Amino acid sequence: MRTSRTSCKRPQLPGWGLTFGFTIFYLTIVVLIPLLALFLKSITMDWNEFVATMSHPRVLAAIRLTFGASFLAALINVVFGSITAWSLIRYRFPLRKLLDALVDLPLAMPTAVSGIALATIYSHTGLVGSHPFPLGIKTANSSLGVLIALIFIGFPFVVRTLQPAIEDLDQEMEQAAASLGATRFQTVMKVTIPSLLPAILTGFTLAFARALGEYGSVIFIAGNLPMKTEIASLLIVSRLDENDIAGASAIAFVLLTATLLILLLIQAIGWYFNRRTGRQA
Amino acid sequence: MASHKLKADSVDPWWVRWLLIGATVGFMVFLLVLPLGVIFWEAIRKGWGVYVIALTDRSARNAIMLSLIAAGISVPLNFLFGLAAAWATTKYSFPGKSLLISMIDLPFAISPIIAGLMYVLVFGLQGWLGATLASWGIQVIFAVPGVVLATIFVTFPFVARELIPLMQEQGSEEEWAAISLGASGWQTFLKVTLPNIKWAILYGVLLCNARAMGEFGAVSVVSSNIRGRTNTIPLQIDALYNDYKTAAAFALASILATLGVITLIAKTLLEQKLEQQNVQEEST
Repeated sequence: MRTSRTSCKRPQLPGWGLTFGFTIFYLTIVVLIPLLALFLKSITMDWNEFVATMSHPRVLAAIRLTFGASFLAALINVVFGSITAWSLIRYRFPLRKLLDALVDLPLAMPTAVSGIALATIYSHTGLVGSHPFPLGIKTANSSLGVLIALIFIGFPFVVRTLQPAIEDLDQEMEQAAASLGATRFQTVMKVTIPSLLPAILTGFTLAFARALGEYGSVIFIAGNLPMKTEIASLLIVSRLDENDIAGASAIAFVLLTATLLILLLIQAIGWYFNRRTGRQA
Repeated sequence: MASHKLKADSVDPWWVRWLLIGATVGFMVFLLVLPLGVIFWEAIRKGWGVYVIALTDRSARNAIMLSLIAAGISVPLNFLFGLAAAWATTKYSFPGKSLLISMIDLPFAISPIIAGLMYVLVFGLQGWLGATLASWGIQVIFAVPGVVLATIFVTFPFVARELIPLMQEQGSEEEWAAISLGASGWQTFLKVTLPNIKWAILYGVLLCNARAMGEFGAVSVVSSNIRGRTNTIPLQIDALYNDYKTAAAFALASILATLGVITLIAKTLLEQKLEQQNVQEEST
């Protein structure tokens, strides 16, 4: 038994020790130890102190705004991101390639740069913000401003997740549905959207998770009024400025745990759909 | 590749097509094109003189210098890590491999502010190592080393993330052929693997560099507010903008925006290059 197992075992390419060792060493130093520091700091916190920190009205308001705006932004991105991905893949029109490349702009641009650009355009004197302002709609220094920045930052995640899914769509299914007498609308609702559902959910979740932790592109347009337009990340910074490291850690712990759970959920979604389609096949 | 599919697309009525294309263009203009345009417009609106002064002023030069230092240290380190991690995770099979790949992605999932806080907890005066390091005369948080460390964390996965899927797809047959012909490990890597992944490396390094120069949240947590000493370009932009020195803020922002646009162009070119490679391989 033993000899047969070793003879079956494939020899290895050189470099295992060096590359694996360095990978683990570097990962531990740069990522895992600092991460452990945050978890230990939060876990060793006195429970009553933790509850008191988290139930402070300013903290609750910031968390509500962060989660609410992130959720709404991801939802809006699902609508416009789907339309964008569909148009970019299925239709041919002038400047299509340029727009396709521009989708990644929010990821390529430093957040502070995006932040001041969005704040300038959407301020009440700005190129866009000055038009709805007389009607009483504030696109900056308001929760609408937070929403705009979070839509900006989440957009590429939805489009880039949906594009390969649309490319892989089985167009014969659509044609089959059409030849069986379904209208185009029925085909889209009953065939196309259900087969895109896993990608839509994944894109939504990625955009939502990214928005939860976003800082740079939000703080310039938000106005940062406590209780009104202050996001959780900014509150962590304020707590740190007040030297309240425990308070900052508590908020960070909640935000990070939520983000990681959401990303785990994506894995679960992928696993669920893979298993289902695997069974059907 | 997609040409045979295209004909089937005329199923959408013209007005649906135009509605969807119109929505796409409109949404992207308001969300992406206008913000990109306003950066350059605001930067040069007050004239080239103001623009040049804004970029050559002492604190701007210091900020550019510190950003170059942070990128100059973090990019090579993360490049080496990317190579090692990609080799280890694509050339061997071992238990826990997908867990390792997920952990490499962790810095993507962690908010920059939380990343900065984590480093404060390790290296700050009330943290694990801060007091010890301070007794040796080393200050990390609110000083240049903190800025560098935060930058390393934020840009940690970029090169690895570009290389792992590509090397997974390419497999290791070519490497095995070289080894069996008597090449050493290093020769194999330099002569066989490297040429196959050079464009992905270039893009990964460009992306890593653009992010290193542009990181804001994590760096703002670990840097002090003493201007000119630990201000990177984004922190200087923040300071100028809050002082209502809009033209100077956008002048500095235009450098980073240019870097971002170059990264986007490089990405597009790389994708074309990889597509060509695939087509060539399929035809041979």
